[in-house]
Amino acid sequence: MHRDMSVKEAERKIAEKSMNIQPRVKVSATNLNFFYGKLQALHDVSLDMEENRVTALIGPSGCGKSTFLRTLNRMNETIPGTRLEGTVTLDGRNIYREFDEPSQIRTRVGMVFQKSNPFPKSIYENVAYGLRVNGIKEKHLIDQVVEESLKRAALWEEVKDKLDHSAFMLSGGQQQRLCIARALAVRPEVILMDEPASALDPISTSRIEDLIAELKNSFTIVIVTHNMQQAARVSDYTAFFFEGQLIEAGETQQMFTRPGIKKTEDYITGRFG
Amino acid sequence: MRELKFKPKSKLREFLGEKFIAVNAMVALIAILLIFVFIFKEALPVFTDPEVQEEASVGKMLFKQEYYEGRDPKFSWQPNSEVPKFSLYPLFLGTIKAALIAMLVAIPLGVGSAIYSSEFAGRRTREIIKPAIEMLAAIPSVVLGFFALMILATFLQDTFGLLFRLNAINAGIALGLAVVPIIFTVAEDAMTSVPRELRDAAIALGANPWQVSITMVLPAAMPGIAAGIVLGFGRAVGETMIVLMASGNAAIVSGSFVESIRTFSATIAAELAEVVFGDTHYTVLFFIGSLLFIFTFIINLAGDMILDRLKHRLQGKTR
Repeated sequence: MHRDMSVKEAERKIAEKSMNIQPRVKVSATNLNFFYGKLQALHDVSLDMEENRVTALIGPSGCGKSTFLRTLNRMNETIPGTRLEGTVTLDGRNIYREFDEPSQIRTRVGMVFQKSNPFPKSIYENVAYGLRVNGIKEKHLIDQVVEESLKRAALWEEVKDKLDHSAFMLSGGQQQRLCIARALAVRPEVILMDEPASALDPISTSRIEDLIAELKNSFTIVIVTHNMQQAARVSDYTAFFFEGQLIEAGETQQMFTRPGIKKTEDYITGRFG
Repeated sequence: MRELKFKPKSKLREFLGEKFIAVNAMVALIAILLIFVFIFKEALPVFTDPEVQEEASVGKMLFKQEYYEGRDPKFSWQPNSEVPKFSLYPLFLGTIKAALIAMLVAIPLGVGSAIYSSEFAGRRTREIIKPAIEMLAAIPSVVLGFFALMILATFLQDTFGLLFRLNAINAGIALGLAVVPIIFTVAEDAMTSVPRELRDAAIALGANPWQVSITMVLPAAMPGIAAGIVLGFGRAVGETMIVLMASGNAAIVSGSFVESIRTFSATIAAELAEVVFGDTHYTVLFFIGSLLFIFTFIINLAGDMILDRLKHRLQGKTR
């Protein structure tokens, strides 16, 4: 399965090159500084994330990669006492300035969290929630999107007969795919994933990784991971964070084989972290 | 380097210490049991003693009685009259009326302030409101009763031109103030214990703070809020001093909320000191006490069970 993917992947890249398709920058952060009160968590971070690509953010705990991820859909604003400098753009528009409400960003930039966090509601209502809070009321439309989202999250076959069951009935891996389906339901363009598989067993993890490979055909994906192998497997680009700074970013293959900076190499080879 | 010599632990001291703590813990349990046994023992003649049953059998306490020949049968609580009358219905009605008003006051106040405090108030505001509301619970009920008796009653009478100064509304409002902190505390606890991850997930889907609280937090915490209301109702039914002082204490059968009432609890408090040990009146008061005991026991048990289930649900367990 993995080999299939990489073959497809290679074919696609060749096709894109021959047709001269340049990957487009979808999300771009420029000179980001972020503060928790007086503590500075990000120092002058600039990073472009391309459309239909997976960008992995790696680095030791507390390096600022999750903080960076949360600035991309303004989730950082839910924490009181924080401050942000610099710009983040989505399709060239400043998400902090050119949108009236943070919720407009969040429906376009979805998020999947580390701990699977289904609502204490039915499977159906979990997926429908994002539609309901954004004012969609037509039953048949919601039905349709719920089914579509669960199918995209590769969960439909397992739950189609028990949509009205509590989401807690599902296993950990299924719950996480439900959370992905829930995020997909509002039809975002970008999906942020904060260590989406760190609490899962290897089989569930590999299903999530397969899913990410599938989803990147339609979405821009940014994923925070602690797992080097995972970053190497799923991502096209990798950004290495250390102590709030972006140390190095580049094509994943290059980052893992010929990193340009000693610190990156030390981290990737497991010398610290 | 010097060798470390560890002192062997005293088995006896450990044993005694543990037992001492265990006994302390048991005392409360034993006290409840003893109270339970005592009250029921004193109420028992209602079921067994023919002399008591002559005046106050269960049927006589529950249904209309023809106390005087030729007159219409009615409900009446007049234990010291020539013909003693022990109908519980007027007291039941008074209790329910007071509790109903109290809940009408306390539910919106308690739940509303809980939502505000847990969802919308800033940290500093919250640090003021929460203790302030919980302080209401620390006010002795005699003070609340005094306030209702002297100030609230006059205000209500003057404002609405009421015939009776002390009435169900007056007692109910004061009782409501005593119930607010119970509902507030339990409901607020339930809402703040909705995990941060759930709120984050809702926000990440584009929900605004109002939607997060109404469509996510409130339903998730609903069992806790229900438990708060149930526990509050238990308090409203059992609370004595406020109703004793502020209700007028007239055992009237009436649907009106602006007439005086008399509750179960106030009846016990007012009359038990005056009765002859072991006579019918004494027995009936203990019977009322047993009813209150059973009622509040069930209410509290139900409230605890609901809260327990809520905890499991929020932690993602089903059972």
